[in-house]
Amino acid sequence: MGETFGDYAVLGKKMPRVDARLKVTGQAKYAADYDLPHMLWGQIKRSPYPHARILNIDTSKAEKLPGVKAVTTGKDFNGFKWGWSGPTRDEEPFATTKVRYQYEGVAAVAAIDQDIADEACDLIEVDYEPLPGVFDPFEAMKEGAPLVHEDRPENICVEYHWDFGDVDKAFAESHLVREDTFQTPRMAKGYIEPPAVVAYWADDSHVVFQGAKGSPYFPYRILAKCFNLPLSNIRVIQPFIGSDFGGTKNDMVHCDFAAPMLAKKTGRPVKLVYTQFDELTTCLRRHPMWVTVKTGVTKEGILTATSLKVIADGGAYTRMSPLTMFLVGTCMTLPYKLPNFKYDAYNYFTNNPSSAAMRGHGLYHSRFAADVQLEMIAEELGLDPVEIRLKNSIENPKPGEVYETVNEVHVASCGMQECIEKVAEAVNWKKVKGHKKVEGEKAYGMGFAAATYNSGTKLSAHNACAAIVRICEDGSVNYLTGASDVGQGSDTVTCAIAAEVLGIGLDDIDLKRVDTAFTPVDPGSYGSRVTVLAGQAARNAALDAKRQLLEVAAKQFEVKPEDVEIKNKQVFVKSNPEKNMPWWKLVRIACYDTPGKVIIGRGYSTQGISMYGLADFSKGVGDIGTNYSFTAQANEVEVDVETGVVRCTDNSVIAHDCGFPLNPQAVETQCQGGAYHQGIAAALYEEFKMDKGQTLNPNFIDYKRPRANEAPMSKVIHVLTNDPYGPYGAKEASEGSTCSAPPAIINAIHNATGIWIKDLPAQPEKLFWALKEKREKDKGKK
Amino acid sequence: MKGELKELKLTVNGKPYEFKVKPQTLLVDLLRQELKLTGTKIGCLDSACGACTVHIDGKAVRSCSVLAMQANGRKVTTIEGVADGDKLHPIQEAMVEHGAIECGFCTPGMVMSSKALLDENPNPTREEIREAIQGNLCADEGYVKYIEAVEIAAEKMRGGQ
Repeated sequence: MGETFGDYAVLGKKMPRVDARLKVTGQAKYAADYDLPHMLWGQIKRSPYPHARILNIDTSKAEKLPGVKAVTTGKDFNGFKWGWSGPTRDEEPFATTKVRYQYEGVAAVAAIDQDIADEACDLIEVDYEPLPGVFDPFEAMKEGAPLVHEDRPENICVEYHWDFGDVDKAFAESHLVREDTFQTPRMAKGYIEPPAVVAYWADDSHVVFQGAKGSPYFPYRILAKCFNLPLSNIRVIQPFIGSDFGGTKNDMVHCDFAAPMLAKKTGRPVKLVYTQFDELTTCLRRHPMWVTVKTGVTKEGILTATSLKVIADGGAYTRMSPLTMFLVGTCMTLPYKLPNFKYDAYNYFTNNPSSAAMRGHGLYHSRFAADVQLEMIAEELGLDPVEIRLKNSIENPKPGEVYETVNEVHVASCGMQECIEKVAEAVNWKKVKGHKKVEGEKAYGMGFAAATYNSGTKLSAHNACAAIVRICEDGSVNYLTGASDVGQGSDTVTCAIAAEVLGIGLDDIDLKRVDTAFTPVDPGSYGSRVTVLAGQAARNAALDAKRQLLEVAAKQFEVKPEDVEIKNKQVFVKSNPEKNMPWWKLVRIACYDTPGKVIIGRGYSTQGISMYGLADFSKGVGDIGTNYSFTAQANEVEVDVETGVVRCTDNSVIAHDCGFPLNPQAVETQCQGGAYHQGIAAALYEEFKMDKGQTLNPNFIDYKRPRANEAPMSKVIHVLTNDPYGPYGAKEASEGSTCSAPPAIINAIHNATGIWIKDLPAQPEKLFWALKEKREKDKGKK
Repeated sequence: MKGELKELKLTVNGKPYEFKVKPQTLLVDLLRQELKLTGTKIGCLDSACGACTVHIDGKAVRSCSVLAMQANGRKVTTIEGVADGDKLHPIQEAMVEHGAIECGFCTPGMVMSSKALLDENPNPTREEIREAIQGNLCADEGYVKYIEAVEIAAEKMRGGQ
């Protein structure tokens, strides 16, 4: 805490977030906080069936209800279908012929208040022909199973088969080969702010959309296609976003289509706000996966080969499942050296709400399985869990060198070994390892894990982030970004980069959040891409503005531009600092000296364009990341052996290699939050309970979330590797610890009790029965 | 449900108000829709997330689970009433300075729960802080810096600032 890094004026130091004051005083406005004059309220009509043919929709009674201004159904969208990429456009704004999951939207209403909109939805009469459904991938894969999409045989949503090296030969030559199946739970994204949107039409060809979207250029592109308008006429204005974590707030949900369509029909602004019930029953979830991992090692515990087979529940529509399944496989060759690797992925359509990206996207499933299995192998071989990780870890490449995995993933910086060493030292591993402590009914154990995550994610097509630095004539600066801060802190860090380059303070910069009418296009906030790519855009835009200002300064000082520098808002000649002027004066001269200049700096990122070629999903080769973070984590747990309740203690350390911590405080909260809310949550707490497509616990009481009273006070250690492809050496922070937390917890439970929980989460009942079984088995042995 | 409108008198952030409200109106809807005090957030409508936490007569309550009429004749404080003009309350200041805030959606509720605790107990243990904010769900920052920020604020407030 309070640590500073590097030799910079602004970066690497404690910096309060640029939006913190607005947030802490309640002034920050989120989508649901906006009201407009003459605004109508909307509601969605949803299907009670998880799988049914729609025979007829009669909206006449709803339309006659006083106060109702418009009703829309899927037919209004003229056959428009959308999806994450060209080949996966399989979803309609509202179902027209068939519903594929419970509460899928079939119509929407706009009325003068929310009560009337709700009542009108009840008056819409829909005739359904219920169909038999498939509710997990094992039902979906059966021969003759009902089809979720008639044109997708065998309910296969995504299938990959990759084979690198010679896995069979390596297994044959291995000292030990182990196969285990792990299961990850069906999880909510868990953000507290449900989807909300206000939309209106400025005129008959310009739509304005203000919604809770973490990647506002997704709706920008999708709405243009949907309403057959040029992109120039789509205005998405971004409010503050109450977290995202992938999926729902990247792309569209029913309200995002309903609001603009109802606004078009009525000529009035329309607002739709989801309840948390809507969110938890219909929005995107983390895929549940069945991960079978077979691993071979030498006598010394060196990995020889891994064969990975993954079965996933994709839910009703494809969404981003092709990317998910790629991510599950690609980083199996990190952070440990793995010469032979085989991957078979099967993602099935089911009649459950669609699955999609979530913090730790993809890697969380396979890294959990592989890291717990490595712990099992260490135990079988009598090796120390830290030692086996250290000796298998990729070393930090020498400057200028790059480590290449067997599937052509490229790593230019790797602090894995340093992370492992630092965590081991911080928890005094040599002393605590294997020494479980028992106090009454409480057993204590420590677990260790290591992980990696891709950062600066690059996909096919548009990858560049962009920024505009606008110098105001009084010396203040506007930073216009296409990137979105959904809580991760990118607004602060990109402004800090611009301030660093310009030689001014963070306070001198005012950030303009996305308004697609004015800000530059940006892919979105996903795949831990923002700091790395928007950070480079910030730097380039600020350098461009600075170049223009230095030309003016050079003229004033009668030197060359490269002889001038700006630091602490002072402009001076490098060789003769006596020759100087304040920042505001230089700006004034630049802007006012007839005919006057307009200083606008522009820049975009280039690092997203691959050095080695883009990832090929079907072959499984290539880089999805611009660079890769590394994380080691140790957690102590307390297991109540009578009740099966597991609690983290405060003995918890995370060491994270984010390359260079541009904002150290933000890196810490990102690591702590990524570990607890989406990692430990999966290990101990969260899981949707389902019954034939119906979500049985769609609220935050029955769906247990990790809370403050059980939060480990994790200590975060910064490991610096200064990656050559990140701005100022930076890589991602947070998704790494989402991947290291679950294996750390499961390994800790094993350390405390001797039990392996392979299907997450380790909720009390599961552990209670496992403990009972073990007691009986142990008794039998005696 | 066309209930007769009821008369409601209450004080919000020190200002007296009179309304005629539907009897089923929730306090959170009155604050957000009538008074436009949108700093109070709606997360769950189940009393489970704490984003809507306000004070009634100094006690932290979930305004999604209180009828507006239950605040009749009482003093309500929302996040907009915590800072003293431009001067942040020490809890707010500590949350900003300590880097506790990420997306900020839970932040107003966190401030209100923490303030209710420190108003009653100026020297809480870490466990008491955790208990006081355990009804406030956060989804991104891990609670560690929120807990530490309340400790920092408590110390500062005890120091007579």
